[in-house]
This record gives sequence, C-alpha cells and structure tokens, in this order.
Amino acid sequence: MNKSKKRKEFVKQPPEFDLAILGGRVIDPESRTDRIADIFVQGGLIKKISPGKAKGKSRTQVRVKEVIDAKGKIVVPGLIDMHAHLREPGREDEETIYTGSCAAVAGGFTSVCCMPNTEPPIDNQEAVKFVYDKAKEAKCKISCIGAVTKGQKGEELTEIFDLVQAGVVAISDDGKPVSNSQVMRNALEYCKMFDLPVISHCEDANLSSGGVMHEGLVSTTLGMNGIPSVAEEIMIARDLKLAEFTGGRIHIAHVSTQGSVNLIREAKRRGIKVTCETTPHHFTLTDDAVKTYDTNAKVNPPLRTRKDVAAIKRGLKDGTIDCIATDHAPHSVEEKEVEFDFAPFGMVGLETALGLVVTELIKKRILSWPQAIAKLTTNPSRILNLKSGRIKKDFPADLTVIDPKASWIVDPAKFKSKSKNSPFGGKKLWGKVCYSIVDGKIVHSM
Amino acid sequence: MKLRSRHLLGLEGMTREEINLILDTAESFKEILERPIRIVPTLRGVTVVNLFYEPSTRTRISFELAEKRLSAEVVSFSANTSSVRKGETLKDTVRNIEAMKIDMVVVRHQCSGVPYFLTQCLDSSIINAGDGAHEHPTQALLDLFTIRAKYKEIKGLKVVIVGDVKYSRVARSDIWGFTTMGAKVAVCGPTTLMPYEIEKMGIEVYDDVDEALEGADVVNVLRIQLERQEGGLLPSLREYTNKFGINIERLKKLNENFTIMHPGPINRGVEITPEVADGPYSVILNQVTNGVAIRMAVLYLLSGGEAKVE
Repeated sequence: MNKSKKRKEFVKQPPEFDLAILGGRVIDPESRTDRIADIFVQGGLIKKISPGKAKGKSRTQVRVKEVIDAKGKIVVPGLIDMHAHLREPGREDEETIYTGSCAAVAGGFTSVCCMPNTEPPIDNQEAVKFVYDKAKEAKCKISCIGAVTKGQKGEELTEIFDLVQAGVVAISDDGKPVSNSQVMRNALEYCKMFDLPVISHCEDANLSSGGVMHEGLVSTTLGMNGIPSVAEEIMIARDLKLAEFTGGRIHIAHVSTQGSVNLIREAKRRGIKVTCETTPHHFTLTDDAVKTYDTNAKVNPPLRTRKDVAAIKRGLKDGTIDCIATDHAPHSVEEKEVEFDFAPFGMVGLETALGLVVTELIKKRILSWPQAIAKLTTNPSRILNLKSGRIKKDFPADLTVIDPKASWIVDPAKFKSKSKNSPFGGKKLWGKVCYSIVDGKIVHSM
Repeated sequence: MKLRSRHLLGLEGMTREEINLILDTAESFKEILERPIRIVPTLRGVTVVNLFYEPSTRTRISFELAEKRLSAEVVSFSANTSSVRKGETLKDTVRNIEAMKIDMVVVRHQCSGVPYFLTQCLDSSIINAGDGAHEHPTQALLDLFTIRAKYKEIKGLKVVIVGDVKYSRVARSDIWGFTTMGAKVAVCGPTTLMPYEIEKMGIEVYDDVDEALEGADVVNVLRIQLERQEGGLLPSLREYTNKFGINIERLKKLNENFTIMHPGPINRGVEITPEVADGPYSVILNQVTNGVAIRMAVLYLLSGGEAKVE
C-alpha cells in the first residue's frame, strides 16, 4: 500500500553509502573469509559486508554514491608494505613520500612503512613529525619506522619512548646492521616496555665487507667479491639468541638464504618471539641475474641460488616466513649506470610485488590466495599493531581490488615511482590492481 | 671463417674453432714481426683507443705496438681512477671519446664487467685487456699460443695454475681457454685464495703444490701480491713462499719437457725463484713476444678481417 510513498523516499533520501564494491571474491585472512560478498563503505569505514552474487545483479538494493563492479575480481584488505625506503628527507631526487605513495597505490598497497635510513636518519621525534607531516599529502597511509641508534651509527640508542610517542611502529637501523651485540640486547630489552618490534638487518659487516653479490659459482666466474650466506646467518643466529635471552620481539628483515629460513623455523619451534619477511626478488631471482652485470640486480642481501629460492618458498609455505615486504629501494639512473662494483644496492619493488606474488607463488601453487594475502596484510598488521589489514565492520575501508586473470608486461618507464631501477623490465606478470582504496576513497584505478 | 662476436670480452663461451682461428692468425703475424720491416697496412684508417684505468706496462705496450704495426691510429688514455670516480662517470667518459669517431676500444679496468658495460653504451668493438678478477683473454690466448708452439697440440696436456687464483683474471681466462682446447687443468694455492666453488668450473683443486705438480706439463705461476697479506688472507709472504713457491726442487715432480709460465710482473723470490724464472724451460719472455702477435690477430679479426692475412 505504501509502494509509491517508498519510491518517493528513495529518490529524496541521500545515499546510504559512499561506495559499494559488489560481487567480488572477498578474502580477509584474519576472519578466514573467502567468499563472494558485497562491501559497503560510509565515512571512510567499512559499514556492511553482505553475501553477494557472483553473477547478475546483487540482491541488495541500497542507495550508494559510487559502485565498483568486482565480479571476477578479488577484494582484499589494502596491502601493507612493512619495508620501503622513501628517501625523504635527503634524496628527493630518487623518491619522496608523495611519489612513493603513488607507486604504492599503483601496486595495490594502501599502507607503507618507511625505513629511517634517510639523510639525516629518522632518529628523533622531530624527524618522525616531519615524515608524518609529509605523509598528510600522500596517497596512502604512511607508518614511520624509527632508528635503533642515533645517526644509525650502531652505538647509542635513540630516544625510543619519544619516537613511540611520535608514532613509530617499529625501530630498525635497516641498511646497516647493529653490529654491537650489547647495543642490540639493550634495544630488545628497552622495546619490551612499548611492545615494539626491533627490525633487524642481519649482516656481519666483516664477512660481507667489499662484497657486491652472492658468493658462489657465479661470483667466482665473474671474479667479483662475494657476500657469503653466513654473513646473514651468523647475525640471525645472534639476534635469535638475544631475543630468546631478553624476551624482546625481533623481526628479521629480508631473509634470503636457506640457512636463515632453517634458523628461524627452529627458533619459532622453540617459542622465541621472532617474525620475519622476505622480498619478491628473493623468491623470484637468483644470482644468475647478475651475469649481465645488471646493476638493477645488485641488492643487499644479494640474490642467492636456486637452492635458497626453493628454501624461501618452503618457508613461505610452512609459515616460517610471515610477511612479504618489498624493500623498495629507489636509486637514480645516474647512480646505477656505473661499474657494477660502484653501483648502490637496491631495487624498486612497490609496483611489481603483487604481480610477482601472483605469478611466482599463487600461480605456481606455493601459496593459496588467502595465504599470500595474509603475508601482505594481516601478518604485517599484527606485527606492527596497525589498524589496517582487515576487512571488518567499523574498520578503515582500506581495500585493494585485484584482477587475478589479467596479465601485463613490466615497463619501468611507466612506474609512478621516481626511480626505475627494476630488474623485471619486460617480464610478464599476472594479477593486476584494479582499484586501491584508502579510507573509502579510490586513490588508484586501472 | 670469422669470429662470432665483434667484441672480445673473455674466453668463456668461445669455441675451440674460434680460439684456433685466433692462434692461426697470430702465426701469420708472428712471421711479419720477424721481418726487417715490421709494419703492415692492415688497419690503416682504423682508430683504436686504449683506455687504461689501471696501471699496466706489458699489456699496454703490447697493445700499442700491435696497433701501430697494423698501421692503426692509436690514442691512449690512462686515468687515475679515484679522480675519475669523483667527477665524470665512465659512461660519460667513453661516450665523449666515441663522439670523436673511433672504431675500437681496448679497455683495462679494476672492475669486473666494465668491457661488457662498454658494449652496452658504445658502438665500437670492445677488447678486454683485463677487467677486475674476471678475465684477461689476450693473456690466455698468448699462453695458449706459446704452449701450442712448443707442444704442437694442447689437448691432453696437464696445466697447473699456482697462486692467488681468487683475484686472478689470468687464472679464469686460462681455465676457460685450456679446458676448451682439451687440456687438463688444475689450480693450486692457499685455501684462502681459492674462490668458492671453483671446482665447478670443471677443474681440479689442490692446496698441496707437490701433489698438484705431479705429472704436470705446464706450470703457470701467478703473481702474489702484498695486499693479500695486508688483507689477512695470508699470514705472511714468507709462509707463502715456503708452501707454494716454485723452486728447482719442486720441478722434479713435473713431466719431462715441462714448461714454466708467468703472466708477469714477477716477484722474484716470492712465488718463483730466480733460477726457475730464468731457466731453460721458462717461456716467460716468449710469452711477451707472442703477446704482440696475438693482439694483432685479435685486432685484425675483430675489425672484420678473415682468417687469411694478405
């Protein structure tokens, strides 16, 4: 009897939701969701998740401002990169927080943690405030990681309480190891007060000294100075012992060797509070990539052997490796277009990470979609205590919509990042980012 | 027959036929070098730049003589690496030089891969005159030439390379060259100067020099550098000499009609005793003489020449 009245209301009333993402395969590793569903967003938050329909029109009849048809697509929590170098302050010619965020959202990341090895390093409250101030104009969420030691010199602890109050989510001297065991012990013990993880770049600087690539048959034939696997493993062993002794939380950055995976697996079995990450390049490439002296393949830790890549994949599969992080390290063409020995370490990764995960891990059946997504969302979120990383009512609407069946060819010239130092140019990857959504706003669309 | 590449970056991947082509061509040039007038017009109008980023006496003079005897126009450049590093990049330097219209570049650099890098930024033919600890192909070619001249056939010989294998580009080029030609190759040196997994290059590895020399035909003695002691890889040169130095006593292990080689420069009394270096079985100076012929052959073949020299 009220039919006509209702219709009138429908026209008059403002929309109930700002955004609806309809009919996609929604994967939320935290709640173990993996089903077709509709997601409704209002005021930057996820307000409703209801069962959707794979085909045809969605059952739900609601008023929305903007609709994304996600049929055939995968909808996941916005990806989190817990390890990136955004170079600001100091090397704005290579990347800024803004350009880094553009690269991030193009690659499906809605949260990026930036490492403190800038010039000057992020080792005090003012520097953290500077990063968060710059982050206001960024396209995605930025979380700041503070330095472990003043000036990243490996000697005196930074004012960690101050850093925590300014909002750091972890501390790390990444790029450099904390060589002094006493300093590392102190950091782990001190951070217990804040439940803050210490992210460790594990490298014995004496063993790796002068090295430019993995030490093995390839370095031997090329006559280049090698970085042996043990340079990483010795430091991991030390840090695991220190974590066990202090009860502090250690997170091992960019795990690259078979021995490292074995050490961490064993430590987890014994109940040590350790988490770790690997990078897309470490599960994709081997030291063969250096044979053409491609300085874009010069990275630290170096690309290892097939045996190591296989061990990394096993570690990802059995859960030893919690996270996949890019270690996005932009460098200018001028710096990279030099003798291999003189080129800086690092490659960009924000815009190729998801494609490599899909191509190398999901398509090759190393990981299922939910397992892979957990390593890019839930797990880093848990380690760093972030609000993002889940699809849940009343949580921020940070979402990534992926077309799993689309393929593309990597063209570094088209990267949003200021730097183009990727060894993956010309590689065909599967999995394309259709939309990146931050706080309910579409910040990137294909 | 021609070489497959217009560059000579290393002996890795080069076929036996290609190596023989270079050695045969060098024979013809060697004859020319013995004539009263040692100049031929073969490379008239060709401009060659010698880019030496690292000090060199033998190789540099050898290349310059080879170029001049082929009537090429020659420009030589040597750089104090540190000042170049502060200023102009390698790429800018070489592109500027190429802008002056040149045809070939001979390059010596302390970094592995620089000759390859030049092929990526220049149109000229690139000849590797030694890059880091990677390769020194013309040195290995002149070693092969010298040994072939003496034994007629390289196949089946046992060749032992003794010394600082880890930092030796000569060792790597010799390993590729001699194994490709069918010789049996062994390396011998302190375990700290043996690069990781070198046995996978298809050779034998020894840390006992007397064992390594057993039944060998050719011994190539590498230069041992003082830096290795400073870098902590050797406790002392004295200890090296005692354990690995090639002296008269150790020669008894060798086959009859054996040969001693050394790529130079020699540290007399360290890796080799003066008697051995100057002994009748030593071909160290023949190597230097043959170096010019080999480099003429390489320059000629890479500039588009064919097997026969007119």
